[in-house]
Amino acid sequence: MPGSGPTYPLATMPPDDPTPTPTHTVGQRLERLDARAKVLGTARYADDLTFPGLLHLKVVFSTQPHARVLAIRTDAARRAPGVRAVLTAKDCPGENLIPLVLPDLTLMAADRVRFVGDPVAAVVADTPEAAHDAARLVEVDYEPLPAVFDVLEALRPGAPVVAPPISGPAGHGGANTAPNLFNLLEVKKGDLAAGFEAADVVVEQEYRTPYQAHAYLETQGMTCVPEPDGVFAVYGCMQCPFYVHEAVARVLGVPRHRVKVIQVGTGGGFGGKEDVPSIIAGLAALGAWHTGRPVKLVLSRKEDFETMSKRHPALVRLKVGAKEDGTLTALEEQLWLDGGAYATLSPVVLYRAVTHAAGPYRWPAVHVTGHAVATNKVPCGAFRGFGTLQVIFALESILDELAERLGIDPLDLRLKNAVRVGDALGTNQALTESVGFIETLERAAEVSGYREKRERYRTWQEGPKRRGVGLGCLLYGVGLGAKGKFIDRTGAHVQLYPDGSCAVSIGNAEMGQGLRTVISQIAAEELGLEFSKVQTFDGDTSRVPDSGPTVASRATVMAGNAVRDACGQIRRELRAEAGLMLGVEPDALEVFQTWVRVKAAPERRVAMNDVIARAAHARRALTASGFRLPADTWWSDDEGQGKAYEVYTYATNVCEVEVDVETGESRVIALTAAHDIGRAINPTLAEGQIEGGALQGLGFALTEEVHIDQGVIKNPRFATYIIPTAMDSPELKAVIVEHPYSGGPYGAKGIGEPPIMGIAPAVTNAIKAATGARLFECPATPERVTEAMKAQGVAARDEVAV
Amino acid sequence: MMDMPPKELHTLRVNGEALEVAFWPHRTLLEVLREDAGLTGTKHGCELGECGACAVLVDGKPVLSCLQLAVECVGGQEVTTVEGLAQDNRLHPLQEAFADLGGSQCGYCTPGFLVTAKAFLDERPRPTREELKEALSGNLCRCTGYLQIFEAVEQAAERMAEAGRAEEQGR
Repeated sequence: MPGSGPTYPLATMPPDDPTPTPTHTVGQRLERLDARAKVLGTARYADDLTFPGLLHLKVVFSTQPHARVLAIRTDAARRAPGVRAVLTAKDCPGENLIPLVLPDLTLMAADRVRFVGDPVAAVVADTPEAAHDAARLVEVDYEPLPAVFDVLEALRPGAPVVAPPISGPAGHGGANTAPNLFNLLEVKKGDLAAGFEAADVVVEQEYRTPYQAHAYLETQGMTCVPEPDGVFAVYGCMQCPFYVHEAVARVLGVPRHRVKVIQVGTGGGFGGKEDVPSIIAGLAALGAWHTGRPVKLVLSRKEDFETMSKRHPALVRLKVGAKEDGTLTALEEQLWLDGGAYATLSPVVLYRAVTHAAGPYRWPAVHVTGHAVATNKVPCGAFRGFGTLQVIFALESILDELAERLGIDPLDLRLKNAVRVGDALGTNQALTESVGFIETLERAAEVSGYREKRERYRTWQEGPKRRGVGLGCLLYGVGLGAKGKFIDRTGAHVQLYPDGSCAVSIGNAEMGQGLRTVISQIAAEELGLEFSKVQTFDGDTSRVPDSGPTVASRATVMAGNAVRDACGQIRRELRAEAGLMLGVEPDALEVFQTWVRVKAAPERRVAMNDVIARAAHARRALTASGFRLPADTWWSDDEGQGKAYEVYTYATNVCEVEVDVETGESRVIALTAAHDIGRAINPTLAEGQIEGGALQGLGFALTEEVHIDQGVIKNPRFATYIIPTAMDSPELKAVIVEHPYSGGPYGAKGIGEPPIMGIAPAVTNAIKAATGARLFECPATPERVTEAMKAQGVAARDEVAV
Repeated sequence: MMDMPPKELHTLRVNGEALEVAFWPHRTLLEVLREDAGLTGTKHGCELGECGACAVLVDGKPVLSCLQLAVECVGGQEVTTVEGLAQDNRLHPLQEAFADLGGSQCGYCTPGFLVTAKAFLDERPRPTREELKEALSGNLCRCTGYLQIFEAVEQAAERMAEAGRAEEQGR
């Protein structure tokens, strides 16, 4: 097997558990476990927690995009009322480092700041007001350095060096071997020259996609509490408690058993609470270390907006070829992701981008070259979709241009080239099961009335308002894949009580997606319990195994499988006990709804509650730990090929827009999103993911744009960074397609990220259909649409001779 | 650099109770509810009146508590927060519907939506979808795409109307 590093055993289900038929909780629209607390206002988020003696921390951020730090003057701040400590990089008792893919991110800038927003100092005071006032008294002397803000300029010889070459741990994502280059990755398949030679039509274009801010409603927040036993307890909002755990231990220079991290209610993540919460926790922990008191840090909206991670802006140069009949022959792409000042997650975001660049289509020849580049701007990291929106926007746009040149409907072009079981992706990964792409195309077209609308809107439309429909398709590799497999594992702890109720603890995070509910549904199904009898708890790092990050749409599959592993162990005990009760061998029994019954004679059964009571009395082990590794994946950097991810989800979006050709304003009338997610454990929650992700996608497509000038973000607030409101919510139809995955719990794959991914090209393809103007950059603001119409010679209504 | 001014003791009427609260006069209603009165159900989202997470009702009308000084609310005004919606341990129909229909995902915007929707339904018991969208357009939600929120408010409106009819018939 190519690729490096150790090989991992395949994840296999217990032999008595092939993808089982759900009987009573999986697949049901059950109410979220946390719904009551959330509507009552009793759900507790980071800033809702308070502790005796609590102090408040305020950060002093860099005002320079790139500068040497000559001096940090803290005397005035130290003397201010209520101030307990003023801290800088030299006050880290351990390492001044937030460990991610590459070891380059400092907790506080020591001698050089790399972007406007780099933490420079921290003020700890009795009240938030005192901390705020004192932070303004900290003076920093900077010697400005030349800065670079553009990806192509950053890679030119002689460019200011934002990120010097540095290596990460072997096998983790990559290394930046050249200045300002966080990672360089290629995907290579087939003979590219032959592919373009075989093409009858070749299209070549350049596309750009913008920053996107997560705009979670709850800003970042953490409290660190020094406990009497010498442990630092960290409470806050996050997706990855074990990232925070490692970061805090290393910043404080203590062994990891001296830190415990407890995720509390998390008011939206979307990737924005993957890596950066470690910074917030590190600062709070530093404050707690120096004062011996609980310290809370909650960012203001402005601070959060200016300093926390964003979606990578991208530049994509794409060239594709096809035969006259629409058969795709070759794809060549060059991609630059703007990673900002520190590598954070850029090396692995790039991995996902390049492995998804060819989409869910059959290409005989592919060559993708991706660069993750350092600039003196806010670091970009994880955001729902993780590098894919950029390449999907380019690919789905160019496929429509190709279809137009070929005189083929865009839907037919996609149907003709769509992957099926047995095909290979652009990475040359063979697809062996669970490929529902074609069904998503067919279902989305049918539900949206795509063909009738294409036909209807093709004819001349009167008046300034023109309508059109467009497609945006995608695939998504579930889980961390080959570049993330070194941290890809999950654990769970399941405890069954004698009264037939059950506590489940998992190491993955609930952030609104409904994970705890889904996990309870799985455990209830596995153990023959009513849903109401299972409570799922979020992990406390001292009590659950490291389960990796809650990202990459992986938690249902990974945590679900770990829970199934634990439940399987307990179920063996329950079957043994039931066998004694029914006088048969345990192997002859199965769990069905809330009963244990004889497979061959289903009328012979005993209630699970009675079995549990007897099993508890017999002192059987009704507590178990589950642990799972994902199915193996591999990637060869040299070959540019591999089994990049264990399985893929597929989706098709159909968007109908109305464009006012006089103002350039686009309004989305209807959106249909069909997703193959393997199996919906809870359809209401799955639809919630699809609808919410789609609207975030519409924000990316139409309004969301970070204005940044010389590294300074000019619109760090909701009044000027425009996310969709209730008024912008179109008629939206979520369609769930289920092609079960044998390695997922009950066939589930994942749904967190795909809903946002293919929306932007569906919108701009619809705008093209409506107006004749093609956008090569999003968001499709009225200004851009008007400019595109003008530049491409498409006449507005009033300029048309009637 | 000035020391912090002394706190002042005031009486706030919140969720039907008179609360004696000591607070600094520069604090907003949001800060006082959360920091000084211990009512953390109401959330801070932007501190600029742009997201609606901090919405509460003052005399039945939606107010962005991050823009209102608490001292402006000590004249006997009745403040209603999310904690005041359930009565006698029974959820308000809006709370029921949000829970049933997925109106709450991360839940951070939910308190603001609930009180805003309550004030709106009190004024306009059977709104159209368009009217509802407009009424809720000052409350941002980043999770749901709003559809499950619209469905929840509409279901609550229906239930409240039914309950109203039942009450009239019972009379």
